[in-house]
Amino acid sequence: MNQLRDLPAWVRWPLYALLGILLLTIVQSVSDTERLTATPTSREMLRWAVPIFLAGLGGLFSERAGVVNIGLEGMLILGMWFGAWGSIEYGPWIGLAIGMIGGALGGLLHAVATVSFGVDHIISGVAINILAPAITRYLSDELWASPTTSPSTESVGDWDVPFLAGGTIFGWESPDLLLTIGKWEWWFVSDVAELLRGLLRGTHWVAIIALLLVPATTWLLWRTRFGLRLRISGENPKAGEAQGINIIRYKYVGVLISGALAGLGGAFISTELSGLFQGGNSAGRGFIGLAALIFGNWRPGGVLMGALLFGYVFGLDLKDLDGTASHALLLVNTIVLAGVAAWALKRRRTTDAILAGILGILAFIWWAVADVVPNWWSNVLPYVLVLLVLVFFSQRLRMPAALGAPFRRGES
Amino acid sequence: MRRFLFAAAAPVGAFALTLIISTLALWAFGSNPFEAYGDMLNHASKLETQVDILNRATPLYLSAIAAAIGFRMNLFNIGVEGQYLFAFLIAAQVGSLVALPQVFHILLIMTVAMAVGAAYAGIAGVLKVTRGVNEVISTIMLNSIAIAGLIAFLQQRWQAEQENFTSTTLGTNPIDESGLMPTINGLLEIFTREVGQGKELTGMLIVAVLVGVAYHVLLTRMRFGFDLRASGLNPFAARAGGVPPKRMIVAAMCLSGAAAGLIGMVELADAGKFSPNPIKGLGFAGIAVALLGRNHPVGMAFSALLFAFLDVSAGILQNTQAATKEIVNIMQGIVLLVAVIAYGVTKRIQTREEARATAEALKTVEATVGDEAEAMA
Repeated sequence: MNQLRDLPAWVRWPLYALLGILLLTIVQSVSDTERLTATPTSREMLRWAVPIFLAGLGGLFSERAGVVNIGLEGMLILGMWFGAWGSIEYGPWIGLAIGMIGGALGGLLHAVATVSFGVDHIISGVAINILAPAITRYLSDELWASPTTSPSTESVGDWDVPFLAGGTIFGWESPDLLLTIGKWEWWFVSDVAELLRGLLRGTHWVAIIALLLVPATTWLLWRTRFGLRLRISGENPKAGEAQGINIIRYKYVGVLISGALAGLGGAFISTELSGLFQGGNSAGRGFIGLAALIFGNWRPGGVLMGALLFGYVFGLDLKDLDGTASHALLLVNTIVLAGVAAWALKRRRTTDAILAGILGILAFIWWAVADVVPNWWSNVLPYVLVLLVLVFFSQRLRMPAALGAPFRRGES
Repeated sequence: MRRFLFAAAAPVGAFALTLIISTLALWAFGSNPFEAYGDMLNHASKLETQVDILNRATPLYLSAIAAAIGFRMNLFNIGVEGQYLFAFLIAAQVGSLVALPQVFHILLIMTVAMAVGAAYAGIAGVLKVTRGVNEVISTIMLNSIAIAGLIAFLQQRWQAEQENFTSTTLGTNPIDESGLMPTINGLLEIFTREVGQGKELTGMLIVAVLVGVAYHVLLTRMRFGFDLRASGLNPFAARAGGVPPKRMIVAAMCLSGAAAGLIGMVELADAGKFSPNPIKGLGFAGIAVALLGRNHPVGMAFSALLFAFLDVSAGILQNTQAATKEIVNIMQGIVLLVAVIAYGVTKRIQTREEARATAEALKTVEATVGDEAEAMA
């Protein structure tokens, strides 16, 4: 495993992904489902993961600047509404931009409360989460005569990758290579092809933008002066201030970007996924984004991993009407928990090992005695996953040192 | 007196600012704000509406107490929502299975509700002290697990056990009359005229008042409450003073969850069962009420009444068409946000004034000491 860690990131992550798919394939070969590695599953995964990731990345900007942002959910809801409104009034691309502005307005409120007035970050976030749905209900009712639904919106659309997933180039339909490989039904190879095809066919433009944001954020935060200053606002603001950095300004910028990204995630939900604004459609994805942020240890690549993982579970659930795939997922859980137990044993953390072992055995027993899993289990699995990740790995996570601490200019 | 003015200035100012903002919002969309406010106040002056407001304020107040117990210890129990719904379901089911004399039946149901709420909130506490899991995240996740998972599952299962249920009998089996908290219209009517329109004042109001008193006594008159507040203000100092921080965290979460368990009892007393669509959102609203009332037992009572008044006013606005009823939610959200900012500002002013007063006092001391030294020389 240690050699793996020395590989460059662009080799390491695809390798991890392949290992994950290998695990899914192995489990699938002993189960009566094919959905674990089916094209619709990965398509749904991406559709779920994009808003979760955008919210989580928003959280990254805010929390790297030292401001806890539990108001992500509210900002995402604002983005949902403003994105839909903008799309109806001015077309899809401007709609996305207006959604970002709507989210950023929520961010501005949060920044004013926490940075300028020193309100506790969680309290301000809770207030925004209460205020945001109220605002959208009011505006919807005034504009569209219904507090919860808008007329249908225009979407910026999606794109099929040519050659790999049968996209068209200047009207010429290119071959659908992954579909062909998927149909060969070669063990593992076809599974990878099918999953990959779900990501490359009907790919939303916003999803592509979101994926590009991973290297962009890494570069911005870790390779530029701006990023260094933003991060010092979250790590050691007093030292930053002594260097002459305007900490307040960087915190503001961090929280505003945070709101804008969450807003983009919300606009994606309303304009691209549901095709209209619908109250409650956020389905708590802002909160799950926060969980992805913690899961990803406050790093862009990690946030994406977390978002894809949660997205996979949600997406699988959506396509799994008879509960067989969720049943197979129990076996995956067992194997992963066994891995965690072994890992903990190696590190001489006996309690962790025992805990993971017991949970793994329970998952295995359930898998062995039941043929299908009731749908309530797949509804809660993502949240259980978040809890388990925190239970086993929260000691290894490192949040920004001054996260949540109040900061006042010129105070020693 | 000065302290009282300080404490009152922020909420009053916040409410004034909220009125200005919502007036502007109503104007912007062509409604007549004063007509709307007039309708709301006119409606609220009726006795029947006041009963509605009290019935709504009761669960809000209990929810606020639940949130406030955590806040006093710097714990954010965002999970009140899941705790109360889960406790409500279990208590309704247990209550429907037993037949007991009235007092015992009611006590049993309430005890079950509090125990379930405490246990479910306790998970977050235990995770925090044993695994270092932040309670904000864990309670949010536990909310979703309870609502999307446990409740959906148990509700289905218990429903299936009912013989020939129809759409009107959905939910858990109804509880015998003996398990329902009686209404207290009789008590109210000693002071007022007869309540019409079949409105009934919930008996849980008395429980809520008792819980408020208990909260006050616990925090200000008991060792445990002192430890709780001390741990909230400065966990390190509290620890040095012999307060076990881990036990305090779990205890505070459990107490908070126990209070949360009572929230659903208001609806249970009215409906007699866990209906398929129970009133949701009380947990989050309770956080707002607690913040607005600054965790103070009386302050929270006022803010619960304010929120209940706004909630109840939504109905009349819909009837008279004076304005969109959604304006009441906006007012709740704005008053909360403005109030927390106002509290932040007054706290800063207070700290600054205190610092100045200390500095001046020190100066006088120095001056007198200096004078004495001169006199000695």
